[in-house]
Amino acid sequence: MRDAFIETLCELAAQDPRVVLITGDLGYGVLTKFAERFPNQFVNAGVAEQNMTSIAAGMALSGWRVYTYSIANFPTLRCLEQVRNDICYHDCDVTIVAVGGGFSYGQLGMSHFATEDLAIMRALPNMRVVAPTEKWEAQDLTRELAKTKGPAYLRIDKDTGGVARREGERAVLGKARRVREGADATIIATGAILREALIASERLAAQGVQCRIEAMHTIKPLDEDAIVAAARETGGIVTLEEHSRIGGLKGAVAETLLTHGARVGFFRSVALDDQYPTIVGDQSYLRARYGMDAAAVEAAVMSALSTGAPLTKMAQSA
Amino acid sequence: MPHTEKFDTVALAKRIRLDVIRMTNRGKSSHVGSALSIADIVAALYGAVLDVDPFDPQKPDRDRFLLSKGHAGTAVYAALAETGFFDASLLEQHYQNGSIFSGHVSHKGVPGVELSTGALGHGLNVATGMALAAKRSGEKWRAFALLSDGECDEGSTWEAAMFAAHQKLDNLVAVIDYNKLQSLAPVADTLGLEPFTDKWRAFGWSIEEVDGHNHAQLLSSFERLPFTNGRPSVVIAHTTKGKGVSFMENQVAWHYRTPLGADFDQAIAELEKADA
Repeated sequence: MRDAFIETLCELAAQDPRVVLITGDLGYGVLTKFAERFPNQFVNAGVAEQNMTSIAAGMALSGWRVYTYSIANFPTLRCLEQVRNDICYHDCDVTIVAVGGGFSYGQLGMSHFATEDLAIMRALPNMRVVAPTEKWEAQDLTRELAKTKGPAYLRIDKDTGGVARREGERAVLGKARRVREGADATIIATGAILREALIASERLAAQGVQCRIEAMHTIKPLDEDAIVAAARETGGIVTLEEHSRIGGLKGAVAETLLTHGARVGFFRSVALDDQYPTIVGDQSYLRARYGMDAAAVEAAVMSALSTGAPLTKMAQSA
Repeated sequence: MPHTEKFDTVALAKRIRLDVIRMTNRGKSSHVGSALSIADIVAALYGAVLDVDPFDPQKPDRDRFLLSKGHAGTAVYAALAETGFFDASLLEQHYQNGSIFSGHVSHKGVPGVELSTGALGHGLNVATGMALAAKRSGEKWRAFALLSDGECDEGSTWEAAMFAAHQKLDNLVAVIDYNKLQSLAPVADTLGLEPFTDKWRAFGWSIEEVDGHNHAQLLSSFERLPFTNGRPSVVIAHTTKGKGVSFMENQVAWHYRTPLGADFDQAIAELEKADA
């Protein structure tokens, strides 16, 4: 997904000489092409994320379109006040790019797990928050973000959902993308962990349970219509995110349902419990280890359906 | 063209100080000592150095001035009002309910303010980004940041210092209000900065030290910018916190205290008597 993003950024930089990429000394082998091709549009700020972020604001306030680039929590939590005061309050045209969403760097340890970023970034006024589910979606959304000015957070995953673009399909900022049809439950997923929802939906289908899947690549602005529709038209909702259970996709969806008074047959969250993982492993291992894989999604749907009355009917009559 | 109108900077500083006392009195606000400390620096910059236009505050090739020590916002609001960016009567709104003239300087709706600050360790960094933008765009304007000494405790300040020298940003100017008093105690007893000029020199900056209340020294220093081609410049201005009001000078208490009653009357009387 990272290479796909850089490829698109190269297109944008070629079109506009005021597109600039500032890295916090990361991106070995990935940013080299960009740096060689656009030397006037590339800056290495060194290992200094606070300065990188304020410099981004200063360049944006001077008419540049800025992308900051680092991994995991370094361009967000490390320099949160710079993001808040300098970029967001001044409504700067800066896209903060974090490679390594969730457990992308699963073997590197908790310092490199981005598992609270969505909650924290979406709390900031003016900030748009995007976590693409597919490589091609990351490209579409990078172009979409570039169409308008303002702060954005782009969370780039190592994994990818794994479903090719359908004929004519494209990702639109702020609009959920319907990946699968089904009426018994809706799985709303953000980021490449969408893959687990797809696997779970096939297993559930084999048991006669049909799931709608919404790829919720944009956490802010959130597609509230898609969430309310999921509550009204399907048996219930399961949210899926490679992120803490607190304040991310689950929180955003729950807020939407309550705000709109949408009655939902059931509501379950598949996410990281309120804890810091202390063990390491690859992304897929950690998803399983912390109850965020396809089996966990399948179990969430099945337990909700078995404890409830005929939920689909209930939802339809509501 | 440098400035549409050159000001008598000593007279301007006097008006800024009087405004600061009135604003902090009316608003019952703090940081009066910090604002008086920079009145001469701000007067010199807005009165005779910065290429800014009060009738076109957003002109693209203007010099940028960022108050990094945002708590001294009253001095900048006053300087902008006194140089024609907006009507001086608006200063009465400082600190009032519903006002945009916040205690820490804010750009929203205030012509001439480039950056909202208040958290320390941001202004030099944003100014560095602006200076880099000007260089990369081939533009000639300059970026100035006015920092407090206490602000040099912030690691982010030194991140900017290192980066600006590495990028050879000789269109960047830091001015340090070195009044040697911070929030609770003298700088030397809090987190010592000395040898301060050596630190900036070691980071690759070109330095001048001035008396931050001596307009001839300030203007002569600013006239020589950049001090060295290819290097960022820092003016270390030795100042007195609370300058101009005898009982406020060098007193930590006036970082917080509001001039009220007899204090207010005496402050105004002393400032009105001062030369201009």
